[in-house]
Order: sequence, then structure tokens, then C-alpha cells
Amino acid sequence: MTQLQPSPGGQPATRTAHQAAGTAAFLDVRNLSVKFPTDDGLVSAVNGMDFSLERGQTLGIVGESGSGKSVTSQALMGLLKGTSARVTGQALFQGKDLVTLPESGMRQLRGRNIGMIFQDPLSALHPFFTVGHQIAEAYLVHNKASKKQARAAAVDMLGRVGIPSPEQRYDEYPHHFSGGMRQRAMIAMALICEPELLIADEPTTALDVTVQAQILDLMSELQQETNSALILITHDLGVVAEVCDSVLVMYGGQCVESGPVDEIFYDTQHPYTLGLLKSMPTLSSSSGRLNPIPGQPPSLLDLPKGCIFSARCEYAALAGDGVCAGQRPELVVEDGHGKRCHLSGPQIVTIRNTR
Amino acid sequence: MDTQAILQVENLQKHFPIKGGLFSPKGSKIVKAVDGVSFSLARGQTLGLVGESGCGKSTTGRMIARLMDPTGGRILIDGVDISQLGGRDLYNFRRKVQMIFQDPFASLNPRQTVGTAIAAPMLAQKINPAGGLKNRVKELLEQVGLKPEHYNRFPHEFSGGQRQRVGIARAISLNPSVIVCDEPVSALDVSVQAQVVNLLQEIQRDTGVAYIFIAHDLSVVRHISHEVAVMYLGKVVEQGTREELFREPRHPYTQALLSAVPLPDPRAARQQQKIRLRGDLPSPANPPSGCVFRTRCPLFGTLGAELQQRCISEIPRPASAAAPACHHAGLESAAPAGVQ
Repeated sequence: MTQLQPSPGGQPATRTAHQAAGTAAFLDVRNLSVKFPTDDGLVSAVNGMDFSLERGQTLGIVGESGSGKSVTSQALMGLLKGTSARVTGQALFQGKDLVTLPESGMRQLRGRNIGMIFQDPLSALHPFFTVGHQIAEAYLVHNKASKKQARAAAVDMLGRVGIPSPEQRYDEYPHHFSGGMRQRAMIAMALICEPELLIADEPTTALDVTVQAQILDLMSELQQETNSALILITHDLGVVAEVCDSVLVMYGGQCVESGPVDEIFYDTQHPYTLGLLKSMPTLSSSSGRLNPIPGQPPSLLDLPKGCIFSARCEYAALAGDGVCAGQRPELVVEDGHGKRCHLSGPQIVTIRNTR
Repeated sequence: MDTQAILQVENLQKHFPIKGGLFSPKGSKIVKAVDGVSFSLARGQTLGLVGESGCGKSTTGRMIARLMDPTGGRILIDGVDISQLGGRDLYNFRRKVQMIFQDPFASLNPRQTVGTAIAAPMLAQKINPAGGLKNRVKELLEQVGLKPEHYNRFPHEFSGGQRQRVGIARAISLNPSVIVCDEPVSALDVSVQAQVVNLLQEIQRDTGVAYIFIAHDLSVVRHISHEVAVMYLGKVVEQGTREELFREPRHPYTQALLSAVPLPDPRAARQQQKIRLRGDLPSPANPPSGCVFRTRCPLFGTLGAELQQRCISEIPRPASAAAPACHHAGLESAAPAGVQ
């Protein structure tokens, strides 16, 4: 198998740096929105996402259920084409716009250039076909290869993802595999054509911590080997802290905070991110009350006019004059750290220190 | 401690016969889902039961609630063995132990209003609360942070967190002494999870109920539990107070489990030395001889042949508060202890 060459200048770079240099990012998403018409009205699942990603970089997208993180990934994979979803905006992948690209063009990219790992490997694998067959199929679609070559490639890949005796395992069915092994098989399938961009949607949520640790290690290793870009979608801030270079926090279909992983954890700028971090019990925390974020996420059918988080935000009053409830804040990016909040930097620092 | 124990479990077992195929004799093999589990739980305290999927923690919880019948051992509630109860006695016992389930979507009947769902245990036990059933249900709704006017709503009108609150209201409606919580917050988002954990703790403070808290999320278990038991392949491998177990895990499995928890702290995560278990849980139908953990044990590989032989041939003593179920715990392994 050929090793992918690292792209020139495959270093993490901010969007502003690219704009200054006039070069295009590897993946550049601009104002991406996804709306679903339903009987109850228009569901605004994703509302104007902006982010960019370079090869070799891992971006974590964090958020709670209904925050639009999975829909974002589906839009990037073109999985919403042919559905009722209305996708607008741009997602430039190596210069091609994934939003407007027709299905035929998308089919050439999928698997070959963009791979995807789903949360539930049991429903993503076909129960009637052997695991090996399904992995080899992905290889056959994109390569002019004989079945024998495809088999060899699939066996090789199964071995690389740490499945013992891959030659025998090739002929087994998904139900013969344990949860962790199925997830490995899914990863093998996603990586067989060595895509430059890998989207992993909650890849370890269904797994036990011990197996999760194995899978995360494996994904990091393989990413370094192939210098691919990785988008990791998760609700687990622990997973983000362990593997991501940069983080994007989503709430109500919008990015509320984004930046390098250390800044998100140690220089938190948005009350929602702060709330998420404070509500987690940690292994080092002593007993006592947890600090949940009060209330429920907003309905995507009827988003508030102002800041989407304002109804649950304990500090909305600080901004004064009902500005939080009345006016939607813009995502302001400073030194690669973006936040969508009316509160000023010093105000946030005060909040962080008083809690 | 044992004098005030509300629940004592002694050598509890659940063995499932594997149904043979056409040509193999029935019951030729058994799966030991739970194999000799013992622990005790004091009044008003919480025992966390942790382990990977398939370790038997849910089966243990279900046997305590008598949703499954044990095949061996004893379960003492207030000193009375309830493991073999039937008929009238079993019916009366149901008041004492209630259960909260993992999936708040599956554990409520979609065609029943939440009022009916919460009243069901009281109706089944023919309890007439002072002030009427309906008022009692409304009280319960308020107690779990919902509104009395939610009485006539259906489960689909609630979010996951609210549904779990309904499940909690139903579980506390009979004032039980023990509630078995089977992964009660695993299906919830972090911010909502914290609300439900706080609620469970408030209820415990107010009513003195004891919890068996089954979870795979170690940080939640650490937060809520007083005592913790770690299970592996049907056995308790280590148990102790929360402080002891998290500060100084002694069994190599507990050490690995704690080390695998991703820390929401990037700097600490980069520095932490990690113990990685290889492979998956062995099949409980065909467990390894001797110590069941030896096939994945990070300590095993560092031992000399003589010591290894002991792991292979001899089953370790069941875990007690004094010692984990390991022949060689305490020997310096390559593994660092727990989390800083």
C-alpha cells in the first residue's frame, strides 16, 4: 500500500493566517447551515458554522445531543443529499465545494478522500456479509484491483488496526466480533483507501473505557502514519482533552467557542463551555454538589432571537440592557480563539475566578 | 458496620445454562454471569458497582431487586434472606427494593401518562396515601423537580433528563430502603447528568435510602458512592471505600480501569502514564483457569514462571475490604497507581 505524502506546510494554521497568505485551507467550512422542513416547522439544526482544518490536525467538535454536531458531519459527507434537508453555505475540501458537489462527484471522494467512522458499529456493518468482504468492497470501489488484491489489502488493514489473526477473521461475520473489534473493523473500512480526511462521529461512545483507550490510541497512531486530518465528534470532554489539537464547542447548531485545546480548557471564554466543564464530576473532585447548567437546550424549531444560550446563561444580566436576549452575538476570533458571547474578556475572567 | 447494614450479599451466583443445539446435550455448559459476589451496604449509603460491559454488574443489581432469580448465595435485606422468596412474601418484599433503569425512553410506557406511571407501584401494593393517590403523585413530581401540572402528560413530551426524573419519582413512591440504579445517568448529557446526580443525592439525604449505583463512568461513581466494588467477569476483584479505591487502587484491573478514564485536562492527560489493557473481555462461557484476569493482566507478564503458575492454577480469594482478589497485588508492577 502506498503511504500518503504529507502535504507541504501541513502544520496547523489558523484561518486568518490562510487569508493573509491567500492560500486555501485543506478543509474550509464557511457559513454552513442545515435546515430540515418538518410538519411542525423548519428545524434549524446547524446555523452558520465556520471552521478550517489542516492535514495532520485533529479537531474535536463537542456538544450535547441536538447541538448539531452529527448533522454537520453528515453535511460534510454529503449524506444529506437526496433528503429533505436544506444545506447552504460552503465546505471547501481541497478546493471542491462539498455542499454543491453532485452525488456522483461525492461518491468518488467518499471512502477515497474522506472516510467516516460511525458510532454504532453493529448497525453500520451489514450482518449478511463477512467483515472482510465489506472492507474489501471499499477497496474495490476505488482501486483497479483484483478480488485477491482487495482481500490482501483488507487482511493487511485488519492487522494494522490490531485484530488478531486477520486472515481468519476476514471470513467472520459482524456478530462474531466483540464491540471493540467491530469498531476496529469500522476503522479498517474507513482507512483502507487512506483518506486524507477522517470524520469520526462518537467513535468510542458505545465502548468501555478500557477499549475506548485502545481505540483512541489506534486512531492517533494511524493518523500520524498517514498524516490525515481528523474531525472527532464527541460529547466527552475527556476524550477531547486526550486527543484533539483544537476544539469547537457547539450549542444550538452554532459554534459558541473554538480554539486550541489548551485555551479551551484553561482559558475558557464562553459561559456554556464553562458550564460544561463545571458540571462534570472528575476523578479528582471531592464529593459535594455538582454544578449543572440549569434548564434545557433550546428547541431548534424556534430559536431565541438573541444569544441561543441566553435562557440558560447565569451571567446574561452582566452584559446589561437585555442585550443577550435581544441580540445574537457574532463569533469573534482573536489569536485563533473564537467566542460568541456579549460578555467582555475581563468579565469572563471574573466569572471564572469567582466560581 | 455490618450491624447497620441494610443489604448484605453473600456468595451470590447466577449461572445460565447454555441451551445445547440439536446434537449437544442440554445444559452441558454454563455461563457464570455472576460467580460468588459478596458485599454489604449500610443504610443511607451508596455502593458503586463498576466494570466493563458483560462483567455481571447489571445481573447482580437485577438479582437484588429480584427481577432475576439467583442460582446460589444469599441476599439479606434487614437480616432476612430474600433470595428464595416467592408468592406473598415476594410481593411484600417489593416495597423495600426498587429500581431505576438506564434508558428513560424504554422504561416508561408511551401510552401511560406520567401520573399513572408514578402511581402504578402504589396501586400494585394497594397503598392509600393520606390525602389521596393523586396528591401523593403530585408531591412526588415536585420532589423530583417536575411540576404538579405534568401529571397528565405523556413521556414523549419530556426530555431525557425529565423522563429520568419520572423514573426516580416512581422508584421512591414506596419509600424503599434500597434503590438499584442501573446506569441511571449514562444516557444523559453532561449538564443534565449533573442535575440528576444532585437529585439522587438530595433524595438520599432526605429519606436515608441506600443506593446500589451501577455505572461504567468512574467519575460519576466516584462522586456519588461511599463504597465501590469493581467487577470483572462475574467476580468482585476489589472493593473498598471510595477514598481508598480511587487513591490507591490495588488490583491491577482497577489500576488499568482508572488509568483508561480520559481526563478533561489536556496537560494532565499528556503527562499521565497510561496502563493499556490488551484485547477484550474473555468469553464468560469459557473463562481462563485460575485468576480470570490473568489473560489481560499487565502485572502477569512481569512475573516469573513460578508466580505465573499460581495465577494459572489457583483461583484468588474473593475480594474483601482488606485485600483485592489478586495473588500478587502489591508487587511493584510497571504500572503507576491510579490517577494523581
